[in-house]
Amino acid sequence: MDLDPALRTYIAESRELLEEMEDILLRVDQEDDKQESLNAIFRAAHTIKGSAGLFGLDHIVAFTHGVESLLDKLREGAMPVTADLIALLLACRDHISDLVEPLESGMGGPGDGLMAKGEDLTTRLHALGVGARSALAERPGVPSVTCADDEVVERMAGQVSGDNWHISLRFGPQSLRDGMDPLSFLRYLTTLGEIVSVRTLDDGLPPAADMDPETCYLGFEIAFKSDADKQTIEAVFDFVREDSQIRILAPRSRIGDYIELIKALPEEDLRLGDILVSCGSLTRAELDDALRMQSDMRAQSMDRPLGNIVVEQRMTEQPVLDAAIEKQTQVREGQTRETQSVRVDAEKLDRLINLVGELVIAGAGTALNAQASGDTVMVESVSTLTRLVEEVRDSALRLRMVQIGATFNRFQRVVRDVSAELGKEIDLVITGAETDLDKTVVEKIGDPLMHLVRNSIDHGIESPEARLAQGKPATGVLRLNAYHDSGSIVIEVADDGAGLNRERILRKAIEKGLVQEEQHLEDQDVYNLIFEPGFSTADAVTNLSGRGVGMDVVKRNIAALRGTVELESHPGRGTSFRVRMPLTLAIIDGFLVGVETSSFVVPLDMVLECVELNAASRDLSADRDYLNLRGEVLPFIRLRTLFGAEGAPPRRENVVVVQYGGNKAGLVVDRLMGEFQTVIKPLGRIFNQVRGVGGSTILGNGEVALILDVPGLVRQASHLEPQGVAATA
Amino acid sequence: MFRLEQLKRKCRARIDGEMTIYNAATLKDRLASVLDDPRQLEINLANVSEIDSAGVQLLMLAKKHRAGAQHALALTNHSPAVLDVFETMGLVSYFSDPVVLTRTQGDRHGS
Repeated sequence: MDLDPALRTYIAESRELLEEMEDILLRVDQEDDKQESLNAIFRAAHTIKGSAGLFGLDHIVAFTHGVESLLDKLREGAMPVTADLIALLLACRDHISDLVEPLESGMGGPGDGLMAKGEDLTTRLHALGVGARSALAERPGVPSVTCADDEVVERMAGQVSGDNWHISLRFGPQSLRDGMDPLSFLRYLTTLGEIVSVRTLDDGLPPAADMDPETCYLGFEIAFKSDADKQTIEAVFDFVREDSQIRILAPRSRIGDYIELIKALPEEDLRLGDILVSCGSLTRAELDDALRMQSDMRAQSMDRPLGNIVVEQRMTEQPVLDAAIEKQTQVREGQTRETQSVRVDAEKLDRLINLVGELVIAGAGTALNAQASGDTVMVESVSTLTRLVEEVRDSALRLRMVQIGATFNRFQRVVRDVSAELGKEIDLVITGAETDLDKTVVEKIGDPLMHLVRNSIDHGIESPEARLAQGKPATGVLRLNAYHDSGSIVIEVADDGAGLNRERILRKAIEKGLVQEEQHLEDQDVYNLIFEPGFSTADAVTNLSGRGVGMDVVKRNIAALRGTVELESHPGRGTSFRVRMPLTLAIIDGFLVGVETSSFVVPLDMVLECVELNAASRDLSADRDYLNLRGEVLPFIRLRTLFGAEGAPPRRENVVVVQYGGNKAGLVVDRLMGEFQTVIKPLGRIFNQVRGVGGSTILGNGEVALILDVPGLVRQASHLEPQGVAATA
Repeated sequence: MFRLEQLKRKCRARIDGEMTIYNAATLKDRLASVLDDPRQLEINLANVSEIDSAGVQLLMLAKKHRAGAQHALALTNHSPAVLDVFETMGLVSYFSDPVVLTRTQGDRHGS
C-alpha cells in the first residue's frame, strides 16, 4: 500500500490541529470555563499521537504521549492551569510541530538537537507527573475507599512514565485445587517490581448456582513496573502456564499489540478495553483508537454496533458507559466536522477557477453576439445566463477566499513570546478579522506582516518603565486591523509606542549617504527612509529585528504582490503601517475604455467617475497635465500619449477618474465602452518592465485588451508634474 | 464461621475465621442461602483471619450476583487480612463501586 498520500494528509491534519492547539492555548488562560478548551487541546494532541502510531512514527508517539498525559491531568482538574504550564505546553506544541515538519521532506527521524530538546521537554513533563505522585505518597491511610481518586492520580503517573509492562492473566480452572493461588503470584510479582495497578476480573464467574467454589474463575489485568526482562516475568508463571492464559506486553507496546490482546482474551472487547484503561496500561484515548482500528478491520464482517452490545450486556458500570458515550461523541464530532468541510487539492481549485475564467470570457462574447443579432429573446436568455455565470464566478472566487483572522491569530503567539523575551507588556488588539481575501494573497502576506509586527514590538513599543515615565499605561497596545477598500484589502499594523525618531533616522541616513546633510526633508520623507535597503536604526541588534534586513525587504515583498506599504508616525503616540493588497489575483470587474483601435481595462472598483474633457478644459490643459475638477486639481495622463497611439485625438475625449490609496488621477481616453468582467492573464516575463500595464485579458470578440496598472498610473500622475517641469526646462 | 442475623430491613452476616479453598464449599452454600434476599445484605468481615483467592472469589460472586439482581451488598469492618488481599488484587474500588453501593456504605469501608 502506498502510504504517501495518507502521510501527506496526516501532515496537513497535524498542522491544522497544531494551529488549533496554539490558538486555544493562547486564549485558555482568559477563559473562565477551561474545560471545553482543555478537551479540545487534548483531542488535538491525542489525534496527532494516534495517527502518528498508524505511521509508525514512534518518536512522535512517545513525545506526544507525555504531553497528552499532562493534558489529561489538567482536564480532570488534577492540576491547575498556570501560565508556566501553558508556556510549557506551547513549547511542546512547537516541538511536535518540529517533529512533524521534517516528514514532509521525507527525512525520517529527528536530528540530535531535536531529540535533545524533546528529552528536555519530556523531563519537564515528567517532573510534573512525579510531583503529583509524591504528593500522593504523602497522603495517609492505606484502606480508603476514596481510593478511586488515588487511582486516577496513580494512573496518570503511570502514563507519564509510560514504561509499565502489561500482564493479562486468566488462571486455569484447576489452579485453586492445584494449590496455585493467584494471590501468591501477585505477591511474588511484587518482588520483581511494582504493581502499579491491578484489576481482578469477575467476568469468568458463572451464575451463583453453577459456581464451583473450588474452581478458579479469576482473571487479572496488571500494569507492572519493573526493570526485569520478559523472560524473568514469564518465569513467574511457569507453574500455571499449561492451563492458564498468560499474556505479557512489554512497556510502550504498540496499540496493535493491545488490539490483539483484546481480541484474544475471553471478555467482551469494550469491557476489556475499559479494564485496560483503568489499569493505566492504555489511555482512554488509546483505547478508542484500538477499538476504532479493530472495528475498521472487521468492517466487512459486520459486527453489531458497540452501543448495542453495551445495552445487551447491561453493562452498568459507569466508566464503561462513560467510555462509550465519550466515544460516540467523538464519532459524532468527527462526522459533523466532515460535513462542514471538504479538503480539496489547491490545484483542482485553480483549474476550476481557470475554467470559470474561460466561461466568463465566452459568456461575454455570447452576450456581445446576442446584442449584435438584435434577437430580443436571445438577448434575454443570454442575460440570465450572464447573471448565473457571474454568480458562479463569485462563488468560485469565494472558494479561495479565506478570512484573514487565522493569519492575525498567529501573531498572538508572536506578541506573547517576543514581548516576554523583551520584558514588555503588550496587548494585541485584532479588528476586522472577518475580512476575507484570496488564499494565495494570505499565504504571501504572512512574512511581511510578521516583520512589521516584530518591528513594532521591538522598536515601536517602549519598556513598561519608559511608558510609565511618559505617563502612558505600562501595557502597550499593538493593533492589527483589516478592511476592504476599493478593490484592495488594507491591513494596518499600529502601535502606541514612541513613534519614529526623526533625528536618529536622519543621522543614520546621512551616515549611509542616503541624503545630504543640508537637504531639508519633510517628516514623512524622513520616515520613508526606513524603507531604504540596509536601513536599521536599532541601537542594539536583537535577535528579533534590527539586523538590517528589514523594511526594504518588506516593501519589496509587498510590491511583488502588487501591493503597497505606507507608514504614519507621530512622536510619542506611535507608528502605524498600512499595507494595501489586491483582493484577488484572478478575476476583476473591469471598465472597458478605448483609445484608437485598442481597448484597455480599468479595474472597476477603482473608477470614481467619468467626465467629458470638453473643448474649453482641453484647450486650457493642452500643455499641462491637470484639470480643474469642481475646484480640485486633478492630474491626468493621456493614454494616447502614454501608449504612443497614432492618429489625431477625436473631437470629444473622456476622462476616467480613478482613485488609489487616497490619490486621484484622470485617464484621458477616446471612448468609454462600459463594464466588462475580466479574467486577468498575467503578462509574460518579457513585459515586466512595461509600465502602466498590469496584465491582459481576452475580450468576447477574441481581441486582447491590456489591463491598466492603476496604482502605477496614479503614482506616475501625481509625480508627473515636477518631472514635466524639469523636462520642459 | 458464618452467622446470619435477620433484621427487618437487612440481613446481617458475619464471617469468622478462614475464607479459603478449604472451607470455600461450605461458605458458598451458606452464602447462597441469602444471595437472593431482597433486603440489604451486610457482611461483616471483622473476624476473617485468613482469606485466599477462593475466598475473594466468593465475595466477588456475591457482589456480582447481588449487583445483577439490583440488590445491595455491603462489606463492613474488613479485617486487616481482607484489606491486604483486596489491595493486592485491586479490589477495593471493585466492592465500593458507587453504582451499586451507596456513599455511606462506601465510607464505612474506609473507616
